Amino acid sequence: MTERPAPEMLRADLVVEYPFTRTTGPVIGAFLTGLRDGRIVGVRTSDGRVVVPPVEADPTTGDTLDEMVEVASNGTVVTWTWLDPPRPGSPWDRPHGLGLVLLDGADTPMLHGLLVDSPEELETGMRVEAVWAAERTGHVHDLVGFAPEGSGVAPAPHAEDPGDEPVRSVRTPIRLEYDFIPSSAAQEYLHAYAEKRILGNRSPVDGAVFVPPRGVDPRHGVAATELVDLAHEGHVGNFCVTHLPIPGRTDLTTPYVSAWIHLDGADIGFLGLVAGCEVDEVRIGMRVRAVWKPDDELGPTAENVLYWEPTGAPDVPVDEAGNRAWTARRDRDETGGPADA
Amino acid sequence: MREVAVVSSAIHQVEALTFTTDVQLMIPLVNAVRDAVGITQDDVDFTCSGSSDFLAGQAFSFVHTLDAVGAVPPISESHVEMDGAFALYEAWVKLQTGEADTALVYSYGKSSPGSRRDVLAAQLDPYVVGPLWPDAHSIAALQARVLLDAGLATPEDLAAVAVRSQRNAVGNPNALRSSADVTVDDVLAEAVVADPLRPSDLSAESDGGCAVLLAAGDRARSLCDRPAWITGIDHRIDPQALGLRDLTRAPSAALAAERAGATTGRLDVAELHAASTAQALVLHREFGLGDGVDVDPSGGSLAADTLMAAGLVRIAEVARRISAGDADRGLAHASSGPCLQQNLACVLEGE
Amino acid sequence: MGSLGERTAVLGVGQTEYRATRGDVSVAGLVREAALRALADAECTWADIDAVVIGKAPDFFEGLMMPELFLADALGCAGKPILRVHTAGSVGGSTALVAASLIRSRVHRRVLTLGFEKQSESNATWALSLPQPFSVSINAGAGGYFSPIIRQYMARSGAPELIGCMVAYKDRRHALRNPYAHLHQHDLTFDQVVEAPMLWDPIRFSETCPSSDGACAMVLGDEAAGDASDRPVAWVHGTAMRSEGNNFPGRDEVSPQASRDCAADVFAQAGITNPRAEIDAVEMYVPFSWYEPMWLESLGFAELDQGWRMVEDGSTSLDGGDLPVNCSGGVLSSNPIGASGMIRFAEAALQVRGLAGDHQVDGARRAFGHAYGGGAQYFAMWVVGAEKP
Repeated sequence: MTERPAPEMLRADLVVEYPFTRTTGPVIGAFLTGLRDGRIVGVRTSDGRVVVPPVEADPTTGDTLDEMVEVASNGTVVTWTWLDPPRPGSPWDRPHGLGLVLLDGADTPMLHGLLVDSPEELETGMRVEAVWAAERTGHVHDLVGFAPEGSGVAPAPHAEDPGDEPVRSVRTPIRLEYDFIPSSAAQEYLHAYAEKRILGNRSPVDGAVFVPPRGVDPRHGVAATELVDLAHEGHVGNFCVTHLPIPGRTDLTTPYVSAWIHLDGADIGFLGLVAGCEVDEVRIGMRVRAVWKPDDELGPTAENVLYWEPTGAPDVPVDEAGNRAWTARRDRDETGGPADA
Repeated sequence: MREVAVVSSAIHQVEALTFTTDVQLMIPLVNAVRDAVGITQDDVDFTCSGSSDFLAGQAFSFVHTLDAVGAVPPISESHVEMDGAFALYEAWVKLQTGEADTALVYSYGKSSPGSRRDVLAAQLDPYVVGPLWPDAHSIAALQARVLLDAGLATPEDLAAVAVRSQRNAVGNPNALRSSADVTVDDVLAEAVVADPLRPSDLSAESDGGCAVLLAAGDRARSLCDRPAWITGIDHRIDPQALGLRDLTRAPSAALAAERAGATTGRLDVAELHAASTAQALVLHREFGLGDGVDVDPSGGSLAADTLMAAGLVRIAEVARRISAGDADRGLAHASSGPCLQQNLACVLEGE
Repeated sequence: MGSLGERTAVLGVGQTEYRATRGDVSVAGLVREAALRALADAECTWADIDAVVIGKAPDFFEGLMMPELFLADALGCAGKPILRVHTAGSVGGSTALVAASLIRSRVHRRVLTLGFEKQSESNATWALSLPQPFSVSINAGAGGYFSPIIRQYMARSGAPELIGCMVAYKDRRHALRNPYAHLHQHDLTFDQVVEAPMLWDPIRFSETCPSSDGACAMVLGDEAAGDASDRPVAWVHGTAMRSEGNNFPGRDEVSPQASRDCAADVFAQAGITNPRAEIDAVEMYVPFSWYEPMWLESLGFAELDQGWRMVEDGSTSLDGGDLPVNCSGGVLSSNPIGASGMIRFAEAALQVRGLAGDHQVDGARRAFGHAYGGGAQYFAMWVVGAEKP
């Protein structure tokens, strides 16, 4: 496994982000409704313990639980740690403690923030009380955290209107950031586009050529490191006429044709747009060539090929188009054709 | 139970696989375990892998990794979204049915592109815990303090575990953190990063992968001079919520070890999958590891912890020592989830 | 090699109602609904279960990494083993097969297996294909992937254009007899199916599967448990899984070799030489309507290029067909992805147990459950029967 840096390393942020809307069911819903109303509720298990936050099933027997029990909003720190700086995605914007707090009336501790200025102010066994958000919506963030008892935080005001509907769903956005660095094979493939070249990988076993290059011959499970230049012409192995817009591709007007393009010299297809003709003229086996961006707009990206247009040359027979090409060649020429190792 | 053994294994762990994809990582490992015993994929009856989409930031991330095996012609294959040790368990079950005599197991994890300690918060209760985004280091710290407060360990005890790991890791090419002369005082001199834990208390995050080949009965004997026989394997889980658990204990680890036969009879070696030195001490206690057991001779997961592969690496490390004749009987452990929530124990023996 | 395995029985089946949004439950509530119904059907309690095998498609759907960890106690797993399977769209089937192997190997005596998806928590297009840097995005969704393959089948087989619509109409009619189905389109006409907007030509909107919330569970047991059951059980006659690469030279995308090999294996285990004659009910994974004739051929129920004729002449209809396919309404009527494969396996079991209710095939003795995933490259299949093998 050699680590081979490319001349100019391509990298990009990959952000996995979604504002999940979660339906809560009655038990989690009761807990979140309680928080909205300035109360903390747990659930009683089969053996009489009060679990906070509540769970839907008895952790020992699996039985369904539904007896909600209100507990105090103050209690004792069971264990703690300190976060400086706070973690991204957490509700806190300054250094804080994180701990398990056993509320009075509960038999199990709950996790939340500990609101003090330094870790020196934290110790196991200390008494703390809930600090409530002024605006509460039925979310675990309605509880800002726990502060030392007697630190002067007023008790939570109960909801003005107890007739409010119970909480049934909660929004819990997730955002994860990844530093996306293409593989060495992909780096070379992308850089080659800037020079108006399309690269493939050649199998060391049977000479089959794969595009885009992934550094692997998938038929044999071996590394394929040899890079080869491919023609900018090929045929449509197969295609889809899409009537749906793609999020983020405002440049595409529907319907458009996405196709498996089988380049001359390559043994598998890769996806491309077909244009320069009517949508209903596109057919399996149609010969196409690359239409490139102007030279002064070329960059290290596959988007340099704007689309594939018909060449007007005779079609490849349907039986020999796409992945059938490999099989047809093998069947036609048992000795000179590609080996089926 | 049918006799099943580890007949070959391959490991690769580094700090970051910057330009190497999962499939490029796995090709040499998969080929190595087959080549070591002179077989090809055609001779492999069942294949099972483990990985995580969340680590990759991509759905169905395992689909392209299948190309490392060369699944042409098609293979009998399965995938678990779990550590590779659990993929090995599934393969072991398959061999127990008698429908397969050989099985290829592999797993891999590349956590360096993201913030692993934060990604792992996505494992927690998504309604009332996840939105607080408690990172994995903080969760490990909460457990460590419970252990310290209960008087079951001192900071010196934790540091001693770190020292053992780093010293044992010397000479292990797959370890990230090793030192021949580190002392308890050196570790205690490190600044606390996740109170009460220091950097050396937290496992060294690595990228990497592992492949293992299993074979049954005489097939194993024909492939390997000294197969590492799996004489017991079991896994168990505890409820997830930290508040529901006594964090000084890992009942599922104790139960799995007992059912795998690890708590009776002599153990020469044990490889533990712990995210912190405190977790290693919890496991010592649950497994009843005495002075005669060589614990974490590779450095354990503290020296290199590849998410999704660290458990399978433990099995490979024990199997290697048995096949090499350095040990006769060993315990390999894998875990998953916060604070040792889920645990697998595998007892391996030489003949 | 040669199996000496334990005989395996399906003791119970539990399904949730499949809906676009199950707004009344959490993820734990959803899986428990299916699990508790399966336990009740098997006349078991949590204490009777030795282990749980759970499956689902990408974790991004619920934004919950390895959700089996969070769900362990909701599934009565404290102190028990739980395995989590993920083999793309075939996962529901693969999950059931891993559970079956735990019985077959005599590792356990009773296993709960469950597949689920709560797709309403996010969005299917997002969760299935997170945008990746440096890749050019020109294929919107799974339909964009499978449309060319369907086009190739149509070109090769010479099938009339409306075969896909006939499948969609049939499955939606079947769904009216299944109270759990997501789509209950009582007033749907064939013309409406035909006139529905084209999304990924040749795939119309009416020929695609919905996005559903739901879970499906089964309790599997060993021979003694099957013998002891007061309720009818389904016996497992054969199981098989196959996988192949996603894109390689010479790959037959229409009828992948992995599909053909998997079917040959499972039918051989069941002693079946003429699937069409010897199978009474089929539950196959048809997320886009044209996959019914395509799989009929690939699996050996029809000759090459002739599968569409079985659709055209009504052979696959519950109303008078000799090989009813997807009597439950199939994936086209309910699609919680991680559960969809297991629903196929469970519905096959319900047929041979005689418990399929209004969509029961009269006198069904042997049934076939099927799932596929990825780029039609992962396959899981089983044959179940009313008689002990």
